[in-house]
Amino acid sequence: MGVAQFGSLARLSPVPAPVITASNLTKKYKDFAAVDGISFEVAPGESFGLLGPNGAGKSTTMRMVGAVSTRTSGDLSILGLDPNSHGPEIRSQLGVVPQADNLDAELRVRDNLIVYGRYFGIPRSVVAKRADELLEFAQLADRAKAKVDDLSGGMKRRLTIARALVNEPRILLLDEPTTGLDPQARHILWDRLFRLKEQGTTLLLTTHYMDEAEQLCDRLVVVDKGAIMAEGSPADLIRLHSSREVLEVRFGSDRNAAVAQQIAGVGDRIEVLPDRILVYSADGEAELAHLLSLGLEPLTSLVRRSSLEDVFLRLTGRTLIE
Amino acid sequence: MTGTALSDTELSSHVAAGIRPRRFGSWYVAEHRLLAMRAYGQTIVATSIGNPLVYLFALGVGLASLVDADLGSGSGGAVSYLTFVAPALLASAAVTVATEEFTYPVLASFKWNPVFSSMGASPVSSAQIANGTIIAVALRIVATCLIYFGVMILFGAVPSALGALGILTATLTGVAVGVVIMAYTSTVLEDKGQMAIIMRFIITPLFLFSGTFFPLSTLPFYLQWIGWISPLWHGTELGRVLAYGQSEPVWLTVVHLAYLLAVTVAGWVAAQRIVERRLNK
Repeated sequence: MGVAQFGSLARLSPVPAPVITASNLTKKYKDFAAVDGISFEVAPGESFGLLGPNGAGKSTTMRMVGAVSTRTSGDLSILGLDPNSHGPEIRSQLGVVPQADNLDAELRVRDNLIVYGRYFGIPRSVVAKRADELLEFAQLADRAKAKVDDLSGGMKRRLTIARALVNEPRILLLDEPTTGLDPQARHILWDRLFRLKEQGTTLLLTTHYMDEAEQLCDRLVVVDKGAIMAEGSPADLIRLHSSREVLEVRFGSDRNAAVAQQIAGVGDRIEVLPDRILVYSADGEAELAHLLSLGLEPLTSLVRRSSLEDVFLRLTGRTLIE
Repeated sequence: MTGTALSDTELSSHVAAGIRPRRFGSWYVAEHRLLAMRAYGQTIVATSIGNPLVYLFALGVGLASLVDADLGSGSGGAVSYLTFVAPALLASAAVTVATEEFTYPVLASFKWNPVFSSMGASPVSSAQIANGTIIAVALRIVATCLIYFGVMILFGAVPSALGALGILTATLTGVAVGVVIMAYTSTVLEDKGQMAIIMRFIITPLFLFSGTFFPLSTLPFYLQWIGWISPLWHGTELGRVLAYGQSEPVWLTVVHLAYLLAVTVAGWVAAQRIVERRLNK
């Protein structure tokens, strides 16, 4: 009995097994490496983000994790299984929200959920009940019989998320979940995703919106050109790679560069963008006062908290949305 | 790895989740496709009933009144034009449905209504996506042929009870042509009118030169090869053997069946592989 107890205790490790482990994951198309040797782990229940600009390799990574795209090299394990040999088993535990909605426009709203649930081998009666619950969750109950094409962008997105949940997935993969949605639709979606997170669903999401990453991710990697530039929680990344505050000043696009040279020593660091100058500092107001004391009067000025956008700019020298 | 490994029970429950999709995935895809067909279900029913009525009346009754050529004989003696043309029209109807279902709907499933990519993210495999699509169309072809055959009976166009097997050989003919079209359609990335070309320059000539309206042997020899490579000719001839006992050597009947099966298998495997390659990017 003692031995058995010890055995079970050994399994109750404080560090749970990661549900996703990627190591040196690479995907090449001929000579071009879309994903160039990235490594990360995602713990169960964690909300993990891939932040990066378009073309960084985020979607390709998602497709490999989704056991849809075969990796060129490296190791990948999803729920302890290798996608190369256990694609169907892995996919049966995933919910996938692709970048572009691929709902079936030939089917009604509710039928989209029913048909999809069947792919997981869920009995018809169970899937019918679940479809109704999910329509409720996605705030689409009154649209059950509507045509997909008659839904708004935000509704389609919510239906796609509902569809991804029909198999009660262990891991939800969200590729740019709110791109193209208006602010209100984004907030509704964030709310739904936050509830899933609270229920313990593991989320892996890509985004090029820093506010989305800050809202939803416990931990994230910044990806650029197929490689990981940094890893950590949003707060850690900001602390490590940026200052607490940022002063944004505009002197007009023809003067920004000249003024930037003049104020080279101000703050911890200065970034010059085409339309504005960013002054990184622990105290933005103090820096603004400093500029004014130098006789510089910006057209507009704004002091804000540092964001992941600043982290990205620091790491890559480029802005996220170009 | 920083965490502990998964326990055996966890791992085996993960593996168990794949059992049903691995076994029944093709059928789930077919279910989906059949449900989607309901959107144009009325058209399907109307054309399934209307086509045989129109064709059998126009050709079997109208044109037949002008035809007094020797069309060969069956087990019951010389055959009427109606009896001669009916099995060919049955096989042609199967090919028409196959052409309809494996051109634009397949292209659409990759591009404009990309359901194949959503299926690909589910547990079903690419091969099952191809299988299910083919199974659903095969079922629609069977239904079309059943109705067609019923109308043929009404016209008194089927002397032999064996003719009912023609429903199966016609379906096989449709699937044989269909899987080849699906394999091709799955390679099409941009629609530049290829689908219309298939219909005009492949399907229509097949229809006209496959011994449909006149025996292949009446064509000049240098055109007869079209019939030999055409699944439609083989399907038509099989249908005639079954419907009225068209006299031909047994080996030729075997060749008809073997050819249709061979094209079906080759096209089906090709379609599976091409769909797989396209979805695994």
